[in-house]
Amino acid sequence: MLIIVSMIGFAILHLAPGGPMSQYASDGSMTQADLDRVAESLGLNRPLPVQYGEWLWRMVQGDWGISYRDRQPVLHIIASHLGATLELMLSATLIAVFLGVAIGTLGAIRRYSLFDSLATVGAMIALSIPTFWFGLVIIYVFSVGLGWLPSGNRYTIGDGSFWNRIHHLIGPSLVLGLVSTAIWSRYMRSSMLDVINQDYIRTARAKGVSEFRIITRHAMRNALLPMITIAGIQIPSLLSGALVTETVFTWPGMGRLFLDSISYRDYPVVMGVLMFSAVLVLLASLLADILYSVADPRISRNS
Amino acid sequence: MTVVSLDTPRNRGFWKRQTVRRFMSNRLAVFGVVMILLLTLACIVLPWLLPFSETYINMAARHLPPFQQVDHLFGTDPIGRDTLARLLVAGRISLSIGFSAMVVSMVIGVCVGLVAGFYGGVVGASLMRFVDAMLCFPSIFLILAISALTSPTIPGIVLLIAATSWMEVARVVEAQTRSLKSRDYAIAALAYGAGKSRIMTREILPNAIAPIIVAATLNVANAILAESYISFLGFGIQPPTPSWGNMLNNAQTYLTSAPWLAIIPGIAITLAVTSFNFLGDGLRDALDPRADQ
Repeated sequence: MLIIVSMIGFAILHLAPGGPMSQYASDGSMTQADLDRVAESLGLNRPLPVQYGEWLWRMVQGDWGISYRDRQPVLHIIASHLGATLELMLSATLIAVFLGVAIGTLGAIRRYSLFDSLATVGAMIALSIPTFWFGLVIIYVFSVGLGWLPSGNRYTIGDGSFWNRIHHLIGPSLVLGLVSTAIWSRYMRSSMLDVINQDYIRTARAKGVSEFRIITRHAMRNALLPMITIAGIQIPSLLSGALVTETVFTWPGMGRLFLDSISYRDYPVVMGVLMFSAVLVLLASLLADILYSVADPRISRNS
Repeated sequence: MTVVSLDTPRNRGFWKRQTVRRFMSNRLAVFGVVMILLLTLACIVLPWLLPFSETYINMAARHLPPFQQVDHLFGTDPIGRDTLARLLVAGRISLSIGFSAMVVSMVIGVCVGLVAGFYGGVVGASLMRFVDAMLCFPSIFLILAISALTSPTIPGIVLLIAATSWMEVARVVEAQTRSLKSRDYAIAALAYGAGKSRIMTREILPNAIAPIIVAATLNVANAILAESYISFLGFGIQPPTPSWGNMLNNAQTYLTSAPWLAIIPGIAITLAVTSFNFLGDGLRDALDPRADQ
């Protein structure tokens, strides 16, 4: 699987017109001889399969190339931006899990009520709002209008304190968490509906367990199990959303790094981030599968 | 004795009165259809009726807020272009990109899904592996990387969006094909000597049409969103051609002085995408009542 992923990534960036040499080719002061020399020093004049093989071997060894722009190892650059993105994704997911589970559960218990219908429509609208636009609206209302939240960056320069960071994190996490909240609430609702009609819930009711306890202890625990898979599935869209959110909130994460590298045609970094995110997605879904089978003994691991 | 019907089902549940009634009783879905029709009509017809074209620069009325002047209903941008005119022309572009990207992605997805599901085995497995691998890349990353390297024209952007959004369809069609190819009518068709391509297109495809139509509707919504993302980031439709996404591109700069520039196109995108999502959801419920829980 990883091999196929790496081949797709390699093929896309090599076969696209422009390719790795375009940065130099557009420089008028370079002659063809200069171009050839650069291509040779970067190893770009050899047959593609050879380049792919060597590239893959170096990737496996942890050598992801040197950035064209600031001459730093790609892996090093990615690592320095990864923290900000993970921080953002984690807090967005926390918001989404809490809100989504609460909304989904309430919707399932009071099925077809006004709250349920509003939640359904709300989720649909949340899925349709462009992330960047929601970011602009949040900035306009809470930063420009009310002045409650900073309009960007990870912390105020010179003040890296914990609360300052949290303060900066609220806006972007809300924006990034919106779509996930909608998805979580939809899946939680249907998962809860599946569970709520099971025999063991009826048994609990017959035993006289209080309704609140039935929902929180008996139903929710089982309804949450399939959500592990949902968390895994959401990583790609979360990454895409993070890219856009980071742009709007000038958040120094992987998404912005990717965008900057594209503008500078910093080809090894673009390639590195692309591959890194694909690997992240792959690992996340693998992890979700494993966790699911551990958490739910009814699912056998070899099926 | 068992009676096996070898006829391909004629009743495909699509134009059944029951289906239509179920759809019409879903208010959100009807809202979606009406909104889509209104938006499309407005984008096609209204630009001809407006006093200003989308590129006309009215130096006397720059930075005009909305609802201040009758002839600039939605205000103007910092260089004096009419927001409403730009919005409608941008709508033509965004909607047609959404629609054409959907068509292309459906063609790819249906073909891959049909072939993979029908032949199965090594061919099917490797095709579906490829689908899985493509799904590992966050789509915006892929689109941005390629569009930055190629600076595509409008058809190029359509192809790009389609190339990153056909995988879900392929999965749906593959699963359908796998289950439909062993139905009696498909086997009967094989028995009377129908070719493989005929069975695929005449026996299997029409019976898998319901989930395909649902996926197509949702694909339009996602394609409109994808276009707006890449144009917002500056790698999609290039000015002066307006699109809903690139109208928002420099709106962030004017967020304090001219917030309407950011708000109006965003509402247009949200409205269009929500409508398609409502429509898709309504179609799913109407075509397959069992899926509703």
